[in-house]
Amino acid sequence: MSNPENLDITTHDTWMSVHPVVLAMIAAKGLTVPKGNVSVDSITASSRGYFERMKLFEMLGVDAGIHITELDPSGRFVPLSQIRTADEQSRFITDVIPLLHLQPEQSKAINYVLSELIRNVLEHSGAPNGAIVAAQYHKKSNIIRIGIADTGVGIKRTINNSHPAWTDMEALKLALTPGITGTTFREGGTVDNVGAGLFFIKSIAANNRNFFMLYSGDAMYKLLKQPLTKNIKLYANPDRDRHSEKVGLPYWQGTVVGIDISLDTNDAFNILLEAMRMTLSQAVRERKKARYKKVRFEP
Amino acid sequence: MNVIVVQEKAGAFAENKDTAATLRNTVVLPTLRAREDLTIDFSGVTGATQSFVHALISEAFREFGPEVLDHIVFKGCNADVSEIVQMVADYMQESL
Repeated sequence: MSNPENLDITTHDTWMSVHPVVLAMIAAKGLTVPKGNVSVDSITASSRGYFERMKLFEMLGVDAGIHITELDPSGRFVPLSQIRTADEQSRFITDVIPLLHLQPEQSKAINYVLSELIRNVLEHSGAPNGAIVAAQYHKKSNIIRIGIADTGVGIKRTINNSHPAWTDMEALKLALTPGITGTTFREGGTVDNVGAGLFFIKSIAANNRNFFMLYSGDAMYKLLKQPLTKNIKLYANPDRDRHSEKVGLPYWQGTVVGIDISLDTNDAFNILLEAMRMTLSQAVRERKKARYKKVRFEP
Repeated sequence: MNVIVVQEKAGAFAENKDTAATLRNTVVLPTLRAREDLTIDFSGVTGATQSFVHALISEAFREFGPEVLDHIVFKGCNADVSEIVQMVADYMQESL
């Protein structure tokens, strides 16, 4: 990411394990560089076909010299997709669940996550290339890994329209706080936004003790896995979640979200929604109360 | 009787906020401004995003206050959709 005009794709010689969020970042970045400035080193790892099957090179318009017999992706992965309009989003959401062969209860969280994340990009990022999305099902762990990246204005600039954030990390945390939106400082949001989307996504991951990361500018917020012995609690304040923070990372112009969703969870989705509802309402109440002015009395 | 059949407009998974905004501006707010009651029918809708429901009804809370709930009936909601509608109703009332 040091040279915004070029993208060189290199891999380890013998092994490769790439989360779809990394693929989404590579593709999103590749779409911003001038045509002909994407180069791919010789990829010798045995899993090199993965890039081809996920349509990375097709999206970037390069021939990496990898030729595979493409099998039906059904039940295994959603290749890299570029989504620029609400109608494209609706079509993608309609197509993705059958592609992953999900049961109705399993599909709820996936539908929800994809819908909110893609919509965030379309509404707030200002990214001319829209949202770049990919997903993969891992049979052994029974987990769906999802990545979405954009090369828009980034969270800090968006959130600063209504809340002061001096650093990218501050902006990430504000964006993860339910009821905080870049569109207004008012509680209850605007006619179109209330600022709960990323809190919901984080909560879905936390509830399943799964991976979640948010990266924008030079900062990354990542949930750490909760031990199985510990009860899950949803927090409005992202500082209270078990997480890691990194700043000073290579600057990502835009926003990146990665999330894993376990299909093993036995909790009904509406139970999680109820917990999110209560957390969100409490957060709004507490913020309102914190702004109350004290009455001044004089003798 | 003023009825919005959500599945007809937004499909089985209600996520398109543009559709919600159109319904809000053409049906929800005009109906309430005419002091008429409204039924929002979610029959056949398997899920909805909070963003969709927010775009559909939040402005009605701002314009008419919590009393708006005396004039809107949410019909045919499954457990998930009920939670989402309740969520938006809760935080909008907390916010007023």
